[in-house]
Amino acid sequence: MSDLSDLYQELILDHSRSPRNLRRPSNPTASAKGDNPLCGDKITVFLTLEGGRVADAAFEGRGCAISMASASLMTDAVKGKTVEEAEALFQKFQAMVTGKSGAGNHDGGEIDRLSALSGVQAYPMRVKCATLCWHTMSSALAHPGATVSTEKLEA
Amino acid sequence: MTSQPRRSPLPSDNFAPYDVERVRADFPILGRKVHGHPLVFLDTAASAQKPNAVLDAMDRFCREDYANVHRGVYYLSERATHAYEAARETVRGFVNAREAAEIVFTRNTTEAINLVAASHGANFRPGDEIILSAIEHHSNIVPWQMLRERAGIVLRVAPVDDSGELILDAFADLLGPRTKLVAITHISNAIGTVMPVAEIVRLAHAAGARVLIDGSQAAPHQAIDVQALDCDFYAFTGHKLYGPTGIGVLYGKAELLAAMPPYQSGGEMIRSVSFEKTEYAAPPARFEAGTPNIVGAIGLAAAIDYVATIGFDSIAAHEQALLRHGTALLSEVKGLRLVGTARHKAAILSFVIDGVHPHDVATILDRSGIAVRAGHHCAQPAMERFGVSGTSRASCGLYTRLDELDALAQGLARVREIFG
Repeated sequence: MSDLSDLYQELILDHSRSPRNLRRPSNPTASAKGDNPLCGDKITVFLTLEGGRVADAAFEGRGCAISMASASLMTDAVKGKTVEEAEALFQKFQAMVTGKSGAGNHDGGEIDRLSALSGVQAYPMRVKCATLCWHTMSSALAHPGATVSTEKLEA
Repeated sequence: MTSQPRRSPLPSDNFAPYDVERVRADFPILGRKVHGHPLVFLDTAASAQKPNAVLDAMDRFCREDYANVHRGVYYLSERATHAYEAARETVRGFVNAREAAEIVFTRNTTEAINLVAASHGANFRPGDEIILSAIEHHSNIVPWQMLRERAGIVLRVAPVDDSGELILDAFADLLGPRTKLVAITHISNAIGTVMPVAEIVRLAHAAGARVLIDGSQAAPHQAIDVQALDCDFYAFTGHKLYGPTGIGVLYGKAELLAAMPPYQSGGEMIRSVSFEKTEYAAPPARFEAGTPNIVGAIGLAAAIDYVATIGFDSIAAHEQALLRHGTALLSEVKGLRLVGTARHKAAILSFVIDGVHPHDVATILDRSGIAVRAGHHCAQPAMERFGVSGTSRASCGLYTRLDELDALAQGLARVREIFG
């Protein structure tokens, strides 16, 4: 059994209370909407791409502490990354929160800053709270203007 | 089969407190642990746990008397048919319908409402109106929206006040010559309001409208008397009434059912079939196409018999004590707002906590073995009415102990501890 403090770490609570990048940029080059009909969470991710890099990332939305903290951490993490690096980070993040990459088995770098969310792997019902913003970000990169729904996602 | 109208449908006319511990012993699941803590099950409004009486009745029926119904001439089929129709008679007594033929078995309340929308609604014309309340479950909204698309009817929504009570004057104002039907919940699953259904029926009938009552949440908590209510349709489900899933009930007045076309078609619902012409069976068979949920009906009857051994006066008294205790406890929690504070309310505590999402509340409570529902409770318009996207909801049943609500309050203290 996992302790609640593994899930609700101070960093998570801080980011959920004061989300970073919670704003609508004036001229994003890509955006997408995410929707979790199960809990009513909604998010829009805005990306400003310049020369194949994410110059700015921001979001709007409302949801649980996990989803808000995840979007806050994600938007911080992908800034400055190339599109490929951002996608790769998404894959690593997804592997981490679904328990497919083993705790402490991270290869360093940006994923370590996101590892505060690794506690979610002990709460299968909450994994989508953490991944919704990432799916939405990925969709903004691949299909700007699209809407992703957790109904159609496995994790 | 007939009965005297307005007979109390259950034997217990006198309130007597009952031994909750003894009742809990009838529900095997209540003895289990969750995350190392004793289960505190506060999600009975979503689905109730099942007593041994129900589990045993279904098990015994399958082991000893099972066969298809209304088909064979052999011994077991006769036994099974008798048991299935006896279950219908038990349901008839439970809601005090005049005749067993007024009881249609469905899958659940949703199917019962869809049946009325498709079949009774087949006569509706463009411009005909249906009145709903602002706090309906989606199952009593969407079937009417689909009918609107098919038939061009108009939906009107009767408002509720800030406590979640129906504004009766506003409801009465919506009634008019075009009103064909009022489809309204008896007890709100989302916020617990007990609707003034007798008054609603009186007003609707005075305006020439029929009334369908969604009794999903009411059937487990109070005696239902469809003759005293004089409602035209009454729908409820087995699984919220301590019975199995997959079995529900539509009560309809005999003359209305007789005038309705079939819902689904196939076997069981016909009198005779040739390739030129098929004659439909009389109700209730007309609305029970295909092999029904025979075992479910047996389980539902056992659940009704079980609840009758305790009696609704006693159950209601216990649940009102739970409601008072829970309301007092939650009122003490800092930053907590109860959503739904109607004067006449079931033991459903729907609430929001400042700065904490309902799903975080539910996750934290779950780690203490406390099961509550979090979200919109399939009643998004009701949530919107109260300016929230969702709530956490603790709902009680006949087996809920007062101290389980103390456990809830302690769990909410933990929520405050984590979220500050």
